[in-house]
Amino acid sequence: MLIEATALRKFFSLSGGRQVHAVDEVSLGIAEHEVVGLVGESGSGKTTFGKTLIGLHDKSGGEVRYRGELLPARYGAADFRKQASEIQMIFQDPYGSLNPRMTIFEIIAEGLAIREGRSLAALRDKVVYWLERVGLHADHLSRYPHEFSGGQRQRVGIARALIVEPKLLICDEPISALDVSVQAQVVQLLGELQASMGLSMLFIAHDLSMVRYVSNRMAVMYLGSLIELGPAEDLYFRPLHPYTQLLIASNPEPDPEHERQRQDQLISGEIPSPVDLKAHCRFAGRCPKAEARCFEERPALREVLPGRLVACHLL
Amino acid sequence: MMTHDYALQVDNLAVEFDTYGGVVQAVRDVSFKLRKGKTLAIVGESGCGKSVTVQSLMGLIPMPPGRITRGSARLGNDELIGIAPAALNAIRGKRIGMIFQDPMSALNPTMTIGRQIAETLVVHRGLSASAARAEVIELLRLTQISQPEKRLDQYPFEFSGGMLQRAMIALSIACKPEVLIADEPTTALDVTIQAQILLLLQELQSSHGLSIILITHDLGVVARMAHDVAVMYAGQVVESGLVDDIFYRSAHPYTLGLRAAMPSNDPRKRQLQIIPGSPPDLFAPPPGCGFADRCAQAMRVCRDTPPPAYGHTHQARCWLQDPLAPASPVTSLMVNNKAD
Ligand SMILES: Nc1ncnc2c1ncn2[C@@H]1O[C@H](COP(=O)(O)OP(=O)(O)OP(=O)(O)O)[C@@H](O)[C@H]1O
Ligand SMILES: Nc1ncnc2c1ncn2[C@@H]1O[C@H](COP(=O)(O)OP(=O)(O)OP(=O)(O)O)[C@@H](O)[C@H]1O
Ligand code: SF4
Ligand SMILES: [Mg+2]
Ligand SMILES: [Mg+2]
Repeated sequence: MLIEATALRKFFSLSGGRQVHAVDEVSLGIAEHEVVGLVGESGSGKTTFGKTLIGLHDKSGGEVRYRGELLPARYGAADFRKQASEIQMIFQDPYGSLNPRMTIFEIIAEGLAIREGRSLAALRDKVVYWLERVGLHADHLSRYPHEFSGGQRQRVGIARALIVEPKLLICDEPISALDVSVQAQVVQLLGELQASMGLSMLFIAHDLSMVRYVSNRMAVMYLGSLIELGPAEDLYFRPLHPYTQLLIASNPEPDPEHERQRQDQLISGEIPSPVDLKAHCRFAGRCPKAEARCFEERPALREVLPGRLVACHLL
Repeated sequence: MMTHDYALQVDNLAVEFDTYGGVVQAVRDVSFKLRKGKTLAIVGESGCGKSVTVQSLMGLIPMPPGRITRGSARLGNDELIGIAPAALNAIRGKRIGMIFQDPMSALNPTMTIGRQIAETLVVHRGLSASAARAEVIELLRLTQISQPEKRLDQYPFEFSGGMLQRAMIALSIACKPEVLIADEPTTALDVTIQAQILLLLQELQSSHGLSIILITHDLGVVARMAHDVAVMYAGQVVESGLVDDIFYRSAHPYTLGLRAAMPSNDPRKRQLQIIPGSPPDLFAPPPGCGFADRCAQAMRVCRDTPPPAYGHTHQARCWLQDPLAPASPVTSLMVNNKAD
């Protein structure tokens, strides 16, 4: 494994001593040249897992190894500098993550300029190259983030991360804000880069249908827990966990006739709060198949078929 | 159809922005009609002007640097473009409700959910504080927020993403608007919560007769929700019609490309079809068809002359619809004359 988390935990403390169990004992590794898709409901802890994995949050428990080497539980500035040329992250929020006072050129070039100790001006050609690779124009260089649509900003974030040619890329919902044709372009671009740069990726998304095209393996999170893990195609077409099954069935199909005939059951209820979680299966309250023991005991992630890991008492 | 069958009618809207690098022609001649009690989906590539179009109807374009240079938008019989900001303020929130992709940015983080909705009721509907509170509870119940009596005293950060979007819907329908504009309302939610929110919108449409404009880039959501569809590209509506026209009888090469780029549930398909290239630069839009650079069917005329809109209820702006054009993969609208 290039990077591997073991029983990784991230709790946030709230006032009154309560705790948000954002990531609770997640074990997940990414091999060299591998793309792992991480999907799950909003608030299930995907972003927190990605950030804790690469040291942007202090760990509350568990450990992370990169190329076999144990990473510090709490990062200092030097650790980040050391890591910056190997690991990059594309952030979920295309609005908040770009400095509004910098031009697109400065935003994309900054990291590389610092790393290579070169002036911004010397990097112009390289910036233009990456800008065009992500489908923007050279004449966007002198513009500011607020002059771009959400999808255009997302591509600026992708160019900024890729220009340093990292080994591991954490992509946090890189395509959710994009329309389908640009999504397909970005997915294809990331696929090409994976092949040509030998990139490894954690690809976070809440929509499984696109993820299957990019990922070798897919991981599904629910309320801080990893509930299913397996080869992407296999998991997508034969989901085993009841939550994954509902997630795939709820996906609207681009076919009006099919949608008019649709009669499947809606998964009811809100995702419960990750504060002060009970010890039982996290999905029990919404699961159409739940039995008594689902409310008593938390199921462990087990290999139920070769390569297929599921956390459910019924399997 | 007569005008009064439409909740909203937009004609020849054009919007530009002054930027450091020049003038961006974000919206160039957009027209559409929203039928009463129906849902019109607006789809199209990122940056094609979907948000700017609806923001200009709501008076939400920052001016400067923005400018509405042309066009009209009629809500019922009332013109929205060019009216005084105070008059538009009275319409916004009252006769047109709006929900955004990111509800957090539209809500005040320092005020409880209940107070924010109550304030609208007091200002726009003249309710007393206690009547407003009772109405807020009713609205939260209508939008399926559990324990509304308790929830209304909570702050936005205490709500999950799906619940915030429900609260946002409650706020936007508080004044019983005629039109609801939803700009990517479920893009940030996962599909199980998305399904709940979409169903809620459908229920509100039938119970309140709401007319809805739904902006989305997810063709699955369009298929589930829309009665009518407008496909935008580079600041223009390139195809419009009934949802079945758009999905089963696509008359524009861009719509065909969009459909092919959709992820498929067919296990044999392991590759996505992409539309090569990128949209034109809106600083200097091309003289002809905006899609010509990326279009496999482009002819010489496409690069020089902008295609007119062909067809009537199902329209497409593409030279392939011209009676003189060669055979092609798009559905022919079989028209001998241009749209009026
Ligand atoms: N800094 C923080 N302080 C307190 N709670 C937090 C913080 N960051 C995240 N959380 C909580 O941790 C949980 C997991 O959040 P996270 O953002 O990781 O979810 P996610 O799966 O990325 O969701 P989304 O799809 O909405 O991005 C949520 O309940 C969230 O409210
Ligand atoms: N304040 C602004 N100043 C300058 N240009 C702007 C401004 N707001 C929008 N634009 C430009 O107008 C065009 C249309 O933007 P708009 O936000 O309407 O796109 P969109 O279709 O909603 O895209 P997305 O799907 O990414 O949300 C874009 O090219 C954008 O760069
Ligand atoms: S007008 Fe020409 S270039 Fe434009 S979409 Fe039609 S065929 Fe293609
Ligand atoms: Mg996230
Ligand atoms: Mg938009």
